Amino acid sequence: MIWKSASEFLAMGGYGFFVWGSFAVTAAFMIAEPLLVAARRRRALRAIHLSRGRHEATA
Amino acid sequence: MSTGWINWFRFGSPQAFYPLAGRMMPWFAALAAVTGAAGLWIGFFVAPTDAQQGEAYRIIFVHVPAAWMSMFLYVVMAFWAGVGLAFNTRLSAMMAHAIAPTGAMFTFLALWSGALWGRPTWGTYWVWDARLTSELVLLFLYLGYMALHAAIDEPRRGDRASAVLALVGVVNVPIIYFSVQWWNTLHQGASVSLTRAPSMAATMLWGMLLMAIAFWMYSIVVVLGRARAIMLEREAHADWARELKEAAQ
Repeated sequence: MIWKSASEFLAMGGYGFFVWGSFAVTAAFMIAEPLLVAARRRRALRAIHLSRGRHEATA
Repeated sequence: MSTGWINWFRFGSPQAFYPLAGRMMPWFAALAAVTGAAGLWIGFFVAPTDAQQGEAYRIIFVHVPAAWMSMFLYVVMAFWAGVGLAFNTRLSAMMAHAIAPTGAMFTFLALWSGALWGRPTWGTYWVWDARLTSELVLLFLYLGYMALHAAIDEPRRGDRASAVLALVGVVNVPIIYFSVQWWNTLHQGASVSLTRAPSMAATMLWGMLLMAIAFWMYSIVVVLGRARAIMLEREAHADWARELKEAAQ
């Protein structure tokens, strides 16, 4: 094992800010993007549903 | 000839592609999760401390995969944009538009992680050298592509205009890749090449390759998902979209 303790792991040999700064921002983007894509698809489905309702109401 | 052609064109239409993409996404998501978990494990618990850079080098496990994807996705985006321009196929332009935000995201992440890696190793977050500047130009190409398409009201005209921009911008990709050979730069040369043995420890290399595969599989999932959303937006009045069971609630 490279790390003797959790605090040593988090310190990253004094480079914690740089290492975790890179990984945290990458993780944040790669979690947010799929959620935004899913929300965009739900919005599009909702719009189709609403326009279909209007169409049937006027038909 | 063969039935391959028939299938090719069949899945070239949004109504056939939409459910196919939906069935493919969970598989690629599972591959991304498995390779990502393995890559992170190797990157943080197996790969040894670097003799010169200490633990700072571990940024490589996000920096290099993000930089690779930023260039690869641009080429794929330009390919689909070019196919759409040449054959006027609906799906091709939608694929190109689905790729752009993910490509821009990885370009930003490559620049971001590069800045955080540059500070402890070079003593600066940013220098205007060839590799960094050409990667920044790539980010502006992605953003310009998206902005140009968004600025044109008629989608098909926007497809054609942005496709031309995407194709012209392809020249930047080899410039990024070879910049470390063509110019004097702070950025190191390629650690991995097809023609010679990699200049890094085997465990570091495996961690990086697994992360690169994870980012690639992730990109497939997100791009397919976004392409599905774009299809629904653009073909909202088509019968196939109106008949979707998903749109019932």
